[in-house]
Amino acid sequence: MKVNLMNLTKKFGPVTAVERINLDIKDGEFVAFLGPSGCGKTTTLLMVAGIYKPSEGDIFFDGQQVNNFPPKDRDIGMVFQSYALYPHMSVFQNLSYPLLLKKRPKDEMKIEAQRIADMMGIGGLLKRKPGQLSGGQQQRVALGRALIKKPKLLLFDEPLSNLDARLRISMRGEIKKLQKDLGITSIYVTHDQIEALTMADRIAVIKDGILQAYTDPENLHDRPNTLFIAEFIGNPPMNLFDVEIQSEGGKLFANPGDGLKLAIPDSRKPKKTVKGRVRMGIRPQNIHIDSKEGFDTRVFLVEPMGRDDLIVCKVGNTDVHFLVDPIMRLKMEDSIKLKFDMEKSQFFDTETELSLLWG
Amino acid sequence: MKLKIVISRIIPYLLLILFTLPIIIGYVWILISTFSTRTYGLLPVDKDGKFGGFTLSNWSFLFEPEIWIVTFNTLILALGLTIGVVIVSMMAGYALSRIKFPGRKAFLSLTLILHAFPTVTLLIAIYFVLRWIALIPVLGRNIPIIGGFGYNTLGGVILVSIAIQLPLGIWLMKGFFDEVSWDMERAALIDGCSRFRTWWDVMLPQIKPGIAALSIFSFIQGWGSFIIPYTYMVNASRATVATYLNNLLSETAPTNYSMLASVGLFQLLPVLIFYIFTQKYLLSIFAGGVKGAA
Repeated sequence: MKVNLMNLTKKFGPVTAVERINLDIKDGEFVAFLGPSGCGKTTTLLMVAGIYKPSEGDIFFDGQQVNNFPPKDRDIGMVFQSYALYPHMSVFQNLSYPLLLKKRPKDEMKIEAQRIADMMGIGGLLKRKPGQLSGGQQQRVALGRALIKKPKLLLFDEPLSNLDARLRISMRGEIKKLQKDLGITSIYVTHDQIEALTMADRIAVIKDGILQAYTDPENLHDRPNTLFIAEFIGNPPMNLFDVEIQSEGGKLFANPGDGLKLAIPDSRKPKKTVKGRVRMGIRPQNIHIDSKEGFDTRVFLVEPMGRDDLIVCKVGNTDVHFLVDPIMRLKMEDSIKLKFDMEKSQFFDTETELSLLWG
Repeated sequence: MKLKIVISRIIPYLLLILFTLPIIIGYVWILISTFSTRTYGLLPVDKDGKFGGFTLSNWSFLFEPEIWIVTFNTLILALGLTIGVVIVSMMAGYALSRIKFPGRKAFLSLTLILHAFPTVTLLIAIYFVLRWIALIPVLGRNIPIIGGFGYNTLGGVILVSIAIQLPLGIWLMKGFFDEVSWDMERAALIDGCSRFRTWWDVMLPQIKPGIAALSIFSFIQGWGSFIIPYTYMVNASRATVATYLNNLLSETAPTNYSMLASVGLFQLLPVLIFYIFTQKYLLSIFAGGVKGAA
């Protein structure tokens, strides 16, 4: 099912939680709503579900306006962070409840519940109560309950946030595979960028109720169109500098501090001719130790992260984070030479915070 | 060091015993005097003042039809009050907890004020209301068992008792509903429930302890209520056990205290038994009810 949101707005009294969101979701697409907590992503989801009524704007399912449809007439399934299972019902009753409400025959309920339970790997737990299940098993029941009525749209509200880290990774893969196999259009709300980047076909980044970007994970990571996205996406976060762009002999240079002069390659020339201060961003993985071409600095801090060591250096007044192989055994106060891969640099306007490269 | 611990353990018990002793002695006295001709303090004595004089004659009231009429009436009153309060509170509590409507806050504070209102000040005003209800055909005074809802009917007493008990019930139920997660309700709506079905199928089972507590509380309240049946039933000796008891106290001269104690114990027994089996639910009123902020 195709989903279109047009100028979707939600106000709670004087507070605007969601402001004029426009986006379209293709049939079978997996879209993530990503943003910090309280940004309005769950509010948007609940409007799509029909729990909240939009203050302004429209929601279309396959071209039909559904603004005033109650949730039960929208043909949707939803999975909640808190699982929201019915604690007084058994797993079987939880799974078959949507069918019971559709007045389906008992035999069909039994067959369908068993089929879904087997698919979710909880076939042997049908007689248990939710309270007797682990968090992961409860989340599977919740997923099964959302799937059993074969909805045309699946909604996820941070479904993995209450699970432990290992389980989260395996469930991530399972949900993605399930979604692709069944081909159900899905919206997945999360504040965890890794979940969004790994699972979604497209990501809608929302901040303060406003849609910041709506694009695929690769674009979002490599071509952030606002400073907020550049800071928010990527782990460890992007290094940001206040720089002055100077032009010398037809070439542009940026000076992040300590008298450094970094040549800006043609591919990264700011679109607008900017003179004066801008924000320069460069990701930790694009900073390398280079004993020939690098500039001199000292290791300020070493944070071992297992596969990599996260090194902190100072350039001017700014902390620079980057990753090195632990085999190098860098220690505090070691002298090193650093090189920025300027082919991967980003530039943003200081005031509007918009990218000077994209969009 | 050890002595200190022992003392700090003993002192609370001593204090508790000191304060509860008068009440316990009261119960012991009731128990003893129901089986004796007279009592001298806690000592059962015969009519000459010597120790002894055990008798069952105080329980002879059990063989009069009147006591069974008032017991039946009291049971109907307690059940009627319980059913009425629980049904209305379950619905009103849900609405106040979950649905936004104009005047919700005002309604909540108003019920709280009503809860604080002393019943006695309303007696005369309610009397006029009941007189007026009595004029309504059928509803007024022509319903079997409860008589009707007008003045001098059991139904009228039930109606007034429900009204006075409702503020507490509504606040209590609202508090319990507030504790149920929104997600569960949303899940039910998405699974295909109507709002009413959600309330019935999904929400009510979550607040069963609250419903149980309110039922027990209301039942006990109805069973022991005195001032309302006493005021709105003309023939107090045929109304409820409480008014029957009061009648014994004022009409027979000299008052037979041993018989009074027997009737009192008779009224107390069901409540005591009830308490023993249901106190864990009653405790949840205090656990769940305090969280019911607006």
